[in-house]
Order: sequence, then structure tokens, then C-alpha cells
Amino acid sequence: MNPVWVIAKRELNSYFDSLIAYIILIAFLGFSGFFTWLYGGDVFFRKQADMNVFFGIARWTLFFFIPAITMRQLAEEKKAGTIELLLTKAVTDRQVVLGKFLSCFLMVALALVFTLPYYISIAQLGNIDHGATISGYIALLLLSGAYISIGLFASSITNNQIVAFLLALFIGIFFQWIFDLLSSGSTGFWAELFSTLSLANHFDSISRGILDTKDLIYFATIIVVGLFLTELQISKRS
Amino acid sequence: MNIQIQNLSKSYGFQKAVDDISFEVKTGEILGFLGPNGAGKTTTMKMITNYVNMDGGEVFIGGKSVKNGDLRKHIGYLPEHNPLYDEMPVMDYLGFCAALQGMAKSQIGERMKEMIRVCGLDIEKHKRIRELSKGYRQRVGLAQAMIHDPEILILDEPTTGLDPNQIVEIRELIKKLGKEKTVILSTHILPEVEATCDRILIINRGKIVADGSPETLRKQAQGQQVLRIRIEGGDQTAIFNALKELPSVALVDFLDQSQNRFEVQSKPDQTSNRAVFDLCVKNNWYITEMIPFETRLEDIFRDLTMN
Repeated sequence: MNPVWVIAKRELNSYFDSLIAYIILIAFLGFSGFFTWLYGGDVFFRKQADMNVFFGIARWTLFFFIPAITMRQLAEEKKAGTIELLLTKAVTDRQVVLGKFLSCFLMVALALVFTLPYYISIAQLGNIDHGATISGYIALLLLSGAYISIGLFASSITNNQIVAFLLALFIGIFFQWIFDLLSSGSTGFWAELFSTLSLANHFDSISRGILDTKDLIYFATIIVVGLFLTELQISKRS
Repeated sequence: MNIQIQNLSKSYGFQKAVDDISFEVKTGEILGFLGPNGAGKTTTMKMITNYVNMDGGEVFIGGKSVKNGDLRKHIGYLPEHNPLYDEMPVMDYLGFCAALQGMAKSQIGERMKEMIRVCGLDIEKHKRIRELSKGYRQRVGLAQAMIHDPEILILDEPTTGLDPNQIVEIRELIKKLGKEKTVILSTHILPEVEATCDRILIINRGKIVADGSPETLRKQAQGQQVLRIRIEGGDQTAIFNALKELPSVALVDFLDQSQNRFEVQSKPDQTSNRAVFDLCVKNNWYITEMIPFETRLEDIFRDLTMN
């Protein structure tokens, strides 16, 4: 069996063994469901058969929930000393990082699978654009990948889970919101730069159904850089 | 597979944890790694397992440098403090370790059963690790180190937390394994080294201060044979003088004047037991005590590491 999968499987088991997985899933579905169906500019208010409300909400719920999943990944291993056990087995540092990434990604993907009833319900209510919906889910998966990567990096530089959580939010908020804010407040080169860095623009264009290589490269870059820095961080040991 | 360590060094800041040490461990040898706290034992072991990077020098296992990393599947490692995934059941944990070491799925079940039997984990095997007592945790740590039947075992304080019966069992196990494998174990329990190891390496402040079998170390530290003797049935001074005149005796000293107890030190490479006995027979004295005095490992250890 591939070591990446062995590690990912153990992580998933340990989520579902404790209450963490259930709490996160319920909280995620609760929040997204509430704002999609019941409150404010919800689906019934807009009277349009699309998933845009949900995608807009999920962008924020995932922003908060992903650090809660990633925070323990490496911080806890470092604190308990089990990282030493893991890294002296016949695995490379990269396989460990990829295994952790995969476990978080599958966890988020599972949460998104549970939102498929929303899709089915809305498709019953009106004429939904299937292409845009699929594209929206792809956007959510890419966004999750980016935040997991950031979260793992945050978890790799501390052995305190709370610090890892806050740090992931701190780094994440730049991509989520601050770069967007900065780009609208500046002109010329800087506006261009911040707008490129802002996750919102790339997310929106994919979730509208436009799969542009530029956006894919954006997310892939965050994921790869985050994982690379994580690997670098754990290769330092002490 | 043998382990060759050449000029290994590691510093933490200005402090030299391991300072240019070299030694070799052969297959079928159990090496006891001794030293006071902070001497560099654990750091050395971490470098052998390629967990921490070395600043200088090389570690070769079976002729290949450990820096490549692909030697890890040949190494079984029990880290200091024995970290374990507390939330996992024992069986799952051992299965996880076996899979990580690249064992085929078909072999894992069989091997797990064997390790559970060997390490005496049968009654605890379905419990979660966090529910285990310290001794059982330690057994799980040993089981995970040996699960993939590695040729090299690196054990950092393998018997801490075990009760005396378990200690004996684990020692026997290590001895048995040591016949075909290469074992390095660190400990600060001196009788343990004597009972288990073929060879002792004492390190202090990152340097090797002694290397040899327990007997050689003792001889080195002692030099000459020392006997503690109690002789009755004669005059103190007469006995004292007679002992002193024996050709093999270098030095005689009173241990306890009222009880006629002496300490007799022989000349290098000579023994005096027979001569003392003959002397007593000749003079009609009675030997009521004759104890060959061995330098204890504790003394050697203290001599070498207290400075």
C-alpha cells in the first residue's frame, strides 16, 4: 500500500473515532444550510434556481472550518513526539505531508458530498445550470485545497493547535479578503498585483462556470507552495 | 548488517551534543550505550535513524550512508519517551506501523500476532493505547519497533517503566534478537547493560570515554586482583606480615582490625587465592571469608563521567 494512503487512512480513522469529524460536518452543514435556505438572501428570496448562494456561503464557512481540521495535523504530532515515530519509518517527509493533505481534502470533500441534496432540491425547483454548478463545486474543492495547504503550513511551524488555527486564519484572511480590499484601494501595478493575489476573483470566475487555466494555476500555486513550505519546515527537525 | 559511525558530530547552538565520535557495531552484537543525562546518547541514536541531520561525519549501515533515507525499512526504532498515537487501539497501531514500513498486506496479520505473543500484549490488544499502563505502552513501543523484523534495532531506554519481571523478559527478548541482529540500546540502568550487552560504550559530553565488554572495562579500571579476606586463629600482625611476604601479593591493608579482615591486592596478572590458602593451612589459620572484589560498573561509570 502506498504510504501516503496509509497515513491518510489513519488520519481519517482518527477523525471519525473522535467527535471532531462529526462536529465539523454538522457545523458546516448547519451553517451553510441555514444561510442557503432560511436566512437573508437565500434561495427563495432570490427566486433563481442556482447554487450561487451556497457557494458564497461555503467560501466563508470553509475558510473557518478548514483551519479547525488542519490545526492538529502536525502541531499535535510534534507535541506528542509521534512525528519522530512517523518520520523514522520507511516514508519520506513528502509522503507524510501528502498523506496529511489527502486526509483533510477527503474530509472536506465528504462535507461537500453532503451538500449534494441542495443541488438535487434546487434542480427540482427550477432549471438549474448543471455546468455552472459542477464548476462551482470544483471552485470549492480548489479553494479547500489552498486553505488546507495554508493550514498544514501553519500547523507545521508550531506545536500548539490554537496557535496553528489562528495563524492559518491570519494567513488565509489575506487571500480571502484583504488582497481584494487592497486592490480596490489602489491603482496601476499594485491594483493589478493585489487583484491577482486575491482568492475571491479566481473563485468567482470559476464558480460562475468559467474554467480558466489562469485560475487553476493560481490555486495550484498556493497548494504547491504551501505544501513545499510545510515539507521544508518538518525537514528541519530540531 | 553492521553499523559504522565515523566522526559523527552535532551541535545545538554552542553546545556540542556529539563531538566527533566513531565506532562500529557488528551483526550479532548488542551494544549498550551508557552515559549521564545529556551526554549525547539520544542525539547519536537520532542521527543513526536519520531523524536529525548530522553536522559532520557519516553513519553507514551495511556500507550505505543513512542520509539516503531508504535504509529506514531495515531499522526498528524505539524513541525516547516512547511516543504513541494514544487514541489508536493496539492492533490498529501495529498494523499501521507495519504498513508504513512497507510490509505486504498478506504478511501483516501473521506478524502482528507474533509480536503480540512475543511482547506479551495478548490481553491488552483490543484496548486503546491511552488506556494502557506504562509497562504495556513500553511493550507496544517495542512491538512497533520490531514489527517489520528489522536487521537493526535502535532502542532508547527500552526497559523504563517495566516491572522487574517484565524487565527480565524484555532483556531475554533483546538477547535472543541480538544473536542475528544488530542492536544498540541506551540505558542508565547499569545492571541492565551487564545483563544484556556484549559491549559497552560510555559517552560523556559527546565523547566516547570507554569502549569494551563489561569484563575488559572492569580489568582496565581495576588492573589487579583484589581479595577481601578474613583469617581467624592467629595473631593479627603475624598474619599481616605473612600475607605481605607472599610472592604474588603487592599490597596488604587492614579492613577491620578487630575482625582480622584484610584487603589483599595481587601483583599485575597474578592471583593470590591459592597462596593465601596454602599459607593458612601451613600455619593452622582458618579462612572464614574470601571475596574476590570486583570493581562495580557503577564505579567505572563514575570514574569516567565525573570530572
